[in-house]
Order: sequence, then C-alpha cells, then structure tokens
Amino acid sequence: MLNNTLLRVRDLRVAFGAHAVVRGVNFELSAGETVGLVGESGSGKSTLARAILRLLQPAQGSVEFLGLDLLKCAPEALRAQRRGLQIVFQDPLASLDPRMTVGETIAEPLKVFEPGLSAGARRQKVGDMLQRVGLSSEVSGRYPHEFSGGQCQRIGIARAMILSPKLLICDEIVSSLDVSIQGQIVNLLLDLQDAGMAVLFISHNLAVVRHLCHRVLVMYLGKLVEIAPCDALFASPVHPYTRALLAAVPHMPHAAVAAAPAAPGEPASSGEPAASGEVDTPGEVDTPGEVDAPGEVAALDLTASGCAFRDRCPYALPVCETSDPPLLEVAPGHWAACHRSHETLNGLFCAS
Amino acid sequence: MACATRSTSRTADMTATLSVDRLRVSFSHRTGSIDAVDRVSLEIAPSECVGIVGESGSGKTQIFMAAMGLLPRNAQVSGSVRFAGNELLALDAPALNRVRGSKLTMIFQDPMTSLTPHLKIGTQLAEVMVAHLGVSWKDARSFAGRMLERVHVPEPQRRLNQYPHELSGGMRQRVMIAMSLLCEPSLVIADEPTTALDVTIQAQIIELLRAVRGEFGMALVLISHDLAVVAGLADRILVMYAGNVVENSIAAELFRHPRHPYTAELLKCMPSVSGPRLARLPTLAGQPPRPGELLEACPFAPRCSRAADRCRIERPQLSGSAASQVACHFPLTS
Repeated sequence: MLNNTLLRVRDLRVAFGAHAVVRGVNFELSAGETVGLVGESGSGKSTLARAILRLLQPAQGSVEFLGLDLLKCAPEALRAQRRGLQIVFQDPLASLDPRMTVGETIAEPLKVFEPGLSAGARRQKVGDMLQRVGLSSEVSGRYPHEFSGGQCQRIGIARAMILSPKLLICDEIVSSLDVSIQGQIVNLLLDLQDAGMAVLFISHNLAVVRHLCHRVLVMYLGKLVEIAPCDALFASPVHPYTRALLAAVPHMPHAAVAAAPAAPGEPASSGEPAASGEVDTPGEVDTPGEVDAPGEVAALDLTASGCAFRDRCPYALPVCETSDPPLLEVAPGHWAACHRSHETLNGLFCAS
Repeated sequence: MACATRSTSRTADMTATLSVDRLRVSFSHRTGSIDAVDRVSLEIAPSECVGIVGESGSGKTQIFMAAMGLLPRNAQVSGSVRFAGNELLALDAPALNRVRGSKLTMIFQDPMTSLTPHLKIGTQLAEVMVAHLGVSWKDARSFAGRMLERVHVPEPQRRLNQYPHELSGGMRQRVMIAMSLLCEPSLVIADEPTTALDVTIQAQIIELLRAVRGEFGMALVLISHDLAVVAGLADRILVMYAGNVVENSIAAELFRHPRHPYTAELLKCMPSVSGPRLARLPTLAGQPPRPGELLEACPFAPRCSRAADRCRIERPQLSGSAASQVACHFPLTS
C-alpha cells in the first residue's frame, strides 16, 4: 500500500489573513483509490483541493505527489506535475470558455503538454475522449451553451482526462445536476475508477459518496475529524459530527428501496417495512433521524483551545473545552478525532 | 381531489384554498413561444401540505410565480388561479398586493437575495404588518420579535437590529419563514427552501416547517427537486415533467406504489445512504423535451420503456381516484 502512495498531504495549513481555513490536514491517497471528502460549506473542502493543486499558496505543510513536494516545486516542475493532477469544478457552464468550441476546449491541454502532436492526431484523441465520456465525437464543433448541464460536466471531465492524469479532483461535480443526470456522471467516474484512475471526490452528498468511494474523509472547520473505509463510515460512524451528518440526511420512505436489506448499524432507520399493509401517516414515513447537532457552524476563534465541534456536540465533556482531540486510529484504517471515540466503538455513548 | 374536470372543480372551489385550472404559462422568445406550464390543474385544500417535485425546467416554480403575479414581462398566462374565491390572474397590482405577502406568502430558495440587504431585519418584518394590517411600527416591531422567537431564532431582540448579511443562511431562512407567517396566511409556498443549506441545517428547517404547520394550521406547498425532502412533510405529492403534472398521489402511496413510469424512475435514481451499495447507479436515459418542443404526445414517451404507439400520438390526461391520479396510458399497477 505505502509504495503505492500517489498523494501524501502533511500538516497542510491555509489561512486567509488571520482566518485559518485549513488547519493541519494529513492524509494519503493511493493509486487507483477513490477518496470522498465530505463536510459542510465553510469546512475548507474546496480550499484544501485548491491548496493541493497549488492554485493558492498554503501557509504551511507539504503536498507530495509521486514523491515530489508540489509546494516547493519550481514553476516549470509544478507545471509538469499538474499534467498528472487535474480538477473538475462544480459549475459546468462557468468552467468552460463560452467562446471556444468543445473540441478546442478539450484539445487545449494537449496543445500545452504535447505540442508535437499533429492536428489530425489531436482531433482523433479529442474524438475518442468525447466518446469515452458518452458524447458523440461529432459535437466537437459546438459551443458550451448548446449543451445541458450534465453534458457540460462531461465536457469538463473530458478536458481533465485528455492528458490521462493519475489523480482527478472533483469539486462538487454532481451538486448542480438533476438526480436522473447525476447517476450518469457517477457511473462515468465508476468507469474511470475501473480504468485505474485515482479520484478525490469532494461532495456534500453523502449518498453519492457512499456509492462511489473506497474511503471517506470528514472535514469540520478546517480539520479532518474522521477517516474511514466507506462501509465502516456509514455502518459505524465514530465522530459525533459524522453521526450528525448521517442522521440529517433525509431518508426516502421504505417502499422506494423495497426489499433492500438495511445496512448494519443504520442510523435512525425510519418507518415500517414496505410490506406492512397500512398506509403510514406521512409525518411518520420519513422523519429524518434525530438531528444530533443543534446550532450552526461557528466562526472559529483561533485563540480558543479544545475541540472545534464541542459547542454543537451533545456528548461534549469538560476535557473537550481544553484539549483538541488528535486524529487516532480507532479500528484498522478507521481514524477519528474525538476524546470519546472508544466509548462510541463500545456502544457506551451517552449524552453528557 | 385535484385536477378534476371543470364542473367538479367549480364545486370544489368552495373549499379549496388554492385552485388552479388549466393554467398555461408560456414565454415569448426570439424564435417563438415556449410553454413552461402546460394546462395544469391542481387544488390545495386548507391545512394540506402538498409537495411539488420535478427536475429543473419542469415548470414547478412557474405555476406559483404565476399565482403570485411574479412572472417576467415576456410571460403569457391563461387559465385560472383562484385563491380564497378570488381570481388572482384578474387582479390588478394593488389588489394583488393586498393578498400576497399577507394571506398568500412565499419563501424562496436563497434567503440572501430575497431579504433587502440595506434594511434591518426588524424593519423588514415590521413593514409587512404596517402595510397589511395597519398596525403601528412600534407594535409591529414587538410582534416581529415574538415571531422570531416562535421560529426559534436565538436572541430575537438583537436580530431585529441586525442586517441580513450578519445572519447565517439557516438563520436568514428562519427570518423568511417568520416573515411569511406574520399575517396568519392561509397558504405558504416554499420554493426549494432548503436547497441552498447544509444538510444539518436543512434538517432543522424541515423540522421547523413541520412545527410551524402544526402551530399555524396553514396550507403549505413545498416545491423541491428532492423527493426525500418532500417525503417527510407532504400529505400529497405532485410529480411534474415537462410542464405537466404526471402524477398526483397521497405521499405514502406514491413512494409505495408509484404509478407513472417517470415517478418510478425518479425513485430508482435516488441514491441512498442505506441499503446495498450499488455497482452502478440507475440512470434515466435521454433528456426531457426541450421547452417549446411539446407535442400532442406524452412528453415522457421518448424516455419511457413502456411507451407504445398510442403514447406518441395522444397525450394522456390526469385521471384516477382521489388517492392517486396519473397521466399515463399504461400506468404501473401495484
């Protein structure tokens, strides 16, 4: 596993003025692995992604990509590394140049990194890539406004993929899409995954993360509070923030997922089995799980000590006020930053 | 219940809070006219919570923008929207202003752009009551403070003197909900009220809407692209596709036995945080018809696995029992 490491982020810190947005993040990502990064707005997910690509300059830390620290690279070396490290953004239309045809947009990275390529060979590659993302090669002469949101997102993915990067960073790429289109993009990523591509998938949509990712990182106010294999995270979340996030996801009533066996340890499952004859009153069909995190994400006081989640945490103890819990391995491959993680694991959790 | 024929809808008018009959909304455009809402009929009963679900462009918002008189100038509207016995489409602006914002109110997706940035929260709330109820500013402000308390805004007195930018997104949405309730409305329309919010805040706002509904007893329309958000609150759900209502069913019934193939596909496409992990997500092939491309056929036929010749030449009408109505020649049976 270790010699397979593609990306190693160590103690990464980003601040905007006095405001720390990423506060010491550590994680690794292996070749071919899909890692989800979840958290609410303002948690620093996108800032972390941009810092990894050095689209903004981190204050501290290192980002090793294939063994080379991107943060210390000279500009030419950084540019060469970026070939293997591409990003797709949330708003598909805004991230495409409206005055360039789709073919020109997808070919542009090739012009930069493979200037020796003939125009014919380039056209061939662009056509192949369009087909790979589920579009016809004939659309290359069209402009972005002629496409739907889902199609534009495919074009953005094609542009990122044309250089065969080792790692694709996806920043909320399905968030603006309708549910019927969302599945198409997720399936495209699953195809890329099968082809050996590593993906850092940033999303607030936990259901999509669950179907796509091998491992999940949970971020709260600039820190990773839990890292776990995907199944373990959804079956037995340890950090109270992760538990609150999962409990807040509105559940579909059972008939919609008829005959699906419930995942073990499913948080606050709702309603009756679909087979029960009675019509439930709608209020009971789908009550989202108890909201475990009252209040909202606080503006962080840098001088404050202790756990950043303590004010919203129903399980906070006096120790949470004074000492910031470190990220510790609580089960193989499962890390959590909570003073009470062993109680959670042993089922001893109770509100203080 | 909803979408009855003309004769029965006239009798139902006596009781319905909102009654929409063959509403058509189209937008004129350089190249012609585009139908956003195509002869939609529906009814909202007093105290009822109705979820309106559909993908972007399905026309779910435009129905209620028409009812509120908020459509842009290039829109043409025909049909009828009756609220408490008054034909809203026939009202002039002053008459409409007496209704909207007091008895018929709307909450929007983005509370930042629907609150006035340069006025204090207290002023914006009090203004509604001064305008509609003729109370004094002093009384209005103190009532506004009490209303903020009822929607669980912490430190309501301090909030009255704050500007919208000083509040978080969830808090702003609570202010919008408070504003919508000031004049004891008989119908509140909530258009994607949680879409711009984080998932833990979304859960709080859904809980608040549930509580407020119980407390104030008004009818509530909840417009959303997310079936799961609507599922927790709605008594009845209308599914829209390409400007048409394709299904209108009791909520529990819709989830248990979806009858329109589009509803069934939509339910299948929703990824879940429980149940088995799937190797691939179900998808719905194709695209909705482009606006303006609406033919006299079933608009879903090109994407429907059940479509037959009849679906391509004859548009199905919404029909069925009060518990479940569907616009499909070959509906799914339970």
